[in-house]
Amino acid sequence: MPTPATTPDHAQAATGAVLARRADEPGALLTILHEVQDALGHVPREVVPQIAEALNLSRAEVHGVVTYYHHLRSEAPGRHVVQVCRAEACQAMGADALFEHAQQRLACRAHGGHGSTSADGNYTLNPVFCLGLCASSPAVVIDDRLHARMTPQRFDQLVGKLEAAT
Amino acid sequence: MSAAPITVYVPRDSAALAVGADEVADTLQAECARRGIALNLVRNGSRGLFWLETLLEVATPHGRIAYGPVTADDVVGLLDAGLLTGAAHALCHGPTEQIPYLAKQERLCFARMGVTDPLSLADYEAHEGWAGLRAALALPGDTIVQQVLDSGLRGRGGAAFPTGIKWKTVATAQAAQKYVVCNADEGDSGTFSDRMTMEGDPFMLIEGMTIAALAVGATRGYVYIRSEYPNAIATMNEAIVRASVAGFLGVDILGSGRTFHLEVRKGGGAYVCGEETAMLESLEGKRGIVRAKPPLPAIEGLFGQPTVINNVISFASVPLILARGAAFYRDYGVGRSRGTLPIQLAGNIRQGGLVEKAFGISLRELMFDFGGGSASGRPIKAVQVGGPLGAYVPESQWDLPLDYEAYAAVGAVVGHGGIVVHDDTADMAKLARYAMEFCAIESCGKCTPCRIGSTRGVEVIDRIVAPPQSSKTGPQHNRPQQVALLRDLCDTMLNGSLCAMGGMTPYPVLSALNHYPQDFGIATPDREAA
Repeated sequence: MPTPATTPDHAQAATGAVLARRADEPGALLTILHEVQDALGHVPREVVPQIAEALNLSRAEVHGVVTYYHHLRSEAPGRHVVQVCRAEACQAMGADALFEHAQQRLACRAHGGHGSTSADGNYTLNPVFCLGLCASSPAVVIDDRLHARMTPQRFDQLVGKLEAAT
Repeated sequence: MSAAPITVYVPRDSAALAVGADEVADTLQAECARRGIALNLVRNGSRGLFWLETLLEVATPHGRIAYGPVTADDVVGLLDAGLLTGAAHALCHGPTEQIPYLAKQERLCFARMGVTDPLSLADYEAHEGWAGLRAALALPGDTIVQQVLDSGLRGRGGAAFPTGIKWKTVATAQAAQKYVVCNADEGDSGTFSDRMTMEGDPFMLIEGMTIAALAVGATRGYVYIRSEYPNAIATMNEAIVRASVAGFLGVDILGSGRTFHLEVRKGGGAYVCGEETAMLESLEGKRGIVRAKPPLPAIEGLFGQPTVINNVISFASVPLILARGAAFYRDYGVGRSRGTLPIQLAGNIRQGGLVEKAFGISLRELMFDFGGGSASGRPIKAVQVGGPLGAYVPESQWDLPLDYEAYAAVGAVVGHGGIVVHDDTADMAKLARYAMEFCAIESCGKCTPCRIGSTRGVEVIDRIVAPPQSSKTGPQHNRPQQVALLRDLCDTMLNGSLCAMGGMTPYPVLSALNHYPQDFGIATPDREAA
């Protein structure tokens, strides 16, 4: 998932377009934040006041929603986003070892439920709690593509393909 | 002269896509084009036999013939062997409907699953689609509610509250605007029946929600789908557009003068939003913080208005009840658990997938007759039923009938019907610790027992399992004392939490402690199993 280069003007314009489309819908904040993130790769801090103003909310309320949901992020992600499921059905098929392997391979260190981005900005690794592929575990998502029955070897192959393509 | 095109089915379910179904479909199309064969490729839902995905089916004069698991690399060899005539092959399983895993099921809710093209209105209609809605349009609201009551349908999301009673409360509430909300925040590990329904038979959910709207007098509805399910979101959105264009949704449904607008809303990756009041907050664009009850959402729900909230499978069960009558549905099941449950077999299991059966089946039948034992070939040690907040069920209870009351009697839950199998390499203390850790990560933070208790729970379990003399930072811990502390903490969480997040996290923790004390370094249970 390549992240579009974001300038403040571009971010404001993209956010403005989302707001023009959605601001009048009831309870639209989460939808708006999703669409801003879809457009920009993340929800930059500088658009929070703009969203708050349009919805007649405080900046604290908008910030609270951005930071509450795991899916939303305030920082730009790495060039590739990798999600590894850590829930029970995947654990039963070796997800803990796979996650450990992914951290090593991608040079990312996650803590608790939070993801992390490698120092070179190549990867963001996010733990995820269930992708609904529990009968074909363990499961991962690499740049929006689902992969089931994952092993460390296959993981390295897929990551190798990403690196060969860049 | 060109021959009639041959129909081949390649599933579009996420579980098939995750093992390369798109590549299989692409290769098949390219190879048939190269050979000058006319192909009618249908992207169906999944049959739910996930160990056979990608499960490719060919329509023959003798019915649909199944091949699986097929990879893109198998396609040329399969075509050479006569795939398109249903010929024998190492990957061939014969007629799909006769595969024992499928033949032994009682598929009511999942009758169309994997059979039809999920987005084909013609397919849906040809397989009993909209019959329930047509029946409902001819009935007054209270008669619809009565039918759902009579069917014995209980909430399939996990709480098992009678669906009809919930509907009746909303129907009798006085308000200018009422809502119907589908809770599709299927966050439990080991569950995927909601995802399959939305990806594989979305019109069924639309039909069920529309019937609910007619029953209670609601004109607006939302499907709240978790962000981890992008394919389900896309399929539901497309299905809503198609159903609206065809007159099954929107204003003047099928010329009846009735109105129901339906919209998909995407969640944000917060597990607690599966709790209905947190979901309402999220739908209102706020942080998904649990609300205190009362007021019940049926009285004051979305935007403060009376709201029907049900799980995907609850709504999806309704069209058939209206089409065939309450008695038809009620005749399946045992005790007060009526009808069927789409059970999801997951984790360390050889034949994982979707098994829809009437209530009353045992875990042993599910894991061995259907599941074929563990995937690793090792002995099965523990089974978690009902998601991350469900108890670990030991072998002594594997013969219990799957029934809400029978499970409650042993301190377990049926929940949303997810079954996660662990082999004998599982460390139950580690899984108990994970349950507390997950609660700490996902707690909304509103109530103290959940927010603080979960973090303390992780710490106490760490102290229980710490090997002797390893403690550099503090004094040696007295294990029995720490176990007593853990039980006390669980008691506080059970009885003091605002919702099931904190209130049920003790289920997996205590069941692990009670049934597998050796994993905590305890020789015998320190107390009788709760």
